[in-house]
Amino acid sequence: MVTRQTGGVTTAGTLAVRVIPCLDVDAGRVVKGVNFAGLRDAGDPVELARRYDQQGADELTFLDITASSGGRETTYEVVRRTAEQVFIPLTVGGGVRTPHDVDALLRAGADKVGVNTAAIARPELIGEIARQFGNQVLVLSADVRRVPAGGVPTPSGFEVTTHGGRRGTGIDAIGWIGRAADLGAGEILLNSMDADGTKDGFDLDLVARARAAVSVPVIASGGAGAREHFAPAVAAGADAVLAASVFHFGELTVGDVKDDLRAAGVVVR
Amino acid sequence: MAGKRVTVLDYGSGNLRSAQRALERVGAEVTVTADRAAADNCDGLVVPGVGAYAACMAGLHAIEGELIVSSRVAAGRPLLGICVGMQVLFDAGVEHGVESVGLRVLPGRVEALRAPVVPHMGWNTVTAADGSVLFAGMAADTRFYFVHSYAAHDSDGALTWATHGEPFVAAVERGSVSATQFHPEKSGDAGATLLENWLATL
Repeated sequence: MVTRQTGGVTTAGTLAVRVIPCLDVDAGRVVKGVNFAGLRDAGDPVELARRYDQQGADELTFLDITASSGGRETTYEVVRRTAEQVFIPLTVGGGVRTPHDVDALLRAGADKVGVNTAAIARPELIGEIARQFGNQVLVLSADVRRVPAGGVPTPSGFEVTTHGGRRGTGIDAIGWIGRAADLGAGEILLNSMDADGTKDGFDLDLVARARAAVSVPVIASGGAGAREHFAPAVAAGADAVLAASVFHFGELTVGDVKDDLRAAGVVVR
Repeated sequence: MAGKRVTVLDYGSGNLRSAQRALERVGAEVTVTADRAAADNCDGLVVPGVGAYAACMAGLHAIEGELIVSSRVAAGRPLLGICVGMQVLFDAGVEHGVESVGLRVLPGRVEALRAPVVPHMGWNTVTAADGSVLFAGMAADTRFYFVHSYAAHDSDGALTWATHGEPFVAAVERGSVSATQFHPEKSGDAGATLLENWLATL
């Protein structure tokens, strides 16, 4: 575990916990609703990226949910325009299937690339990407749920899902992220599909198990609904916290979340 | 800072465009190229780098990067290495037990960072070298964006340190050579200030 120094103690040498807003992008437009006061165009990823940057976001994540190949060209263009104007790290995930896809996103200006379904289908992809581009670019995104009643039991009780959490794989989630880290994933984006959308808080048990299983950074995702939800995720072992809707609808700013983390003794930027 | 001509060395590695945009943001005229004449003639040369040490050295070799860097350093002309672009300036790098010879511009070796969580990924503080030009005017709690699994643990010159699990060299200023382990081009306003400070020396 990383030792986190608390109030009154110097923060020198302590890595800040990252707060990461996530935007769903479809064919160059932000979808799933964004409702900020004062935005000219709530669907423009670049404008939103700039807004989150101003709020103190430590990184940004774009989840590309574009289905068509033509739309993916548009996504590259969005990444390009964002990287030109926002000087913090940008992760892009969604639909990445080959090292060529990774190359295209990195060339467009992404700093890291999220890989999910394609790695489940073919785990060697993780090593191929890590060898070519370094493991620091590869974020293994895992959509995880508790095995439902009647499902195939797994050792941890958690399984990896596909299709946005609707389809179980029977693959043990904790075993999978450990394997992915061994294969070369530089970071784990841990999405709790049970907590996602509930606004009841992160799945702390899941975060703690993931933290114990890997020595690469873990990003907690899914369930953030209030400012007090973030510090417990860090206490459970998260190196970074990611949220979408609470930021998009202006319920919380990145600054609010950082204030709460700071009050809980967590080091933030 | 207007008019300072900077070449970002394109040897197939690194977020070239990010480096270009961040330098342009603070007023540099930036060319991204592998052309030796452009690299020789600019006011400042930036050596970026992302990924594996050996792969970066191979990329540099393919464009005669050793010559570009060594002739520039011999002439005392400014150079800034970023991330793996800093690491390759050292004598050698060891990744996965394999040692690669570096550009031997800076004494020291790059080895695995010993910390509970690796890569060291995110925003960290630094302890700036006394009299540092790169960090001039910055508050002690200023944070920069790091993402790396390897680091130098000693060198020569004005050394700026950071800690992740253990202390490591976060930046070097030695003669005309400057280098940062973190990414100034991804470090928001703090990174912009650092690049501005570097441009002011050109």
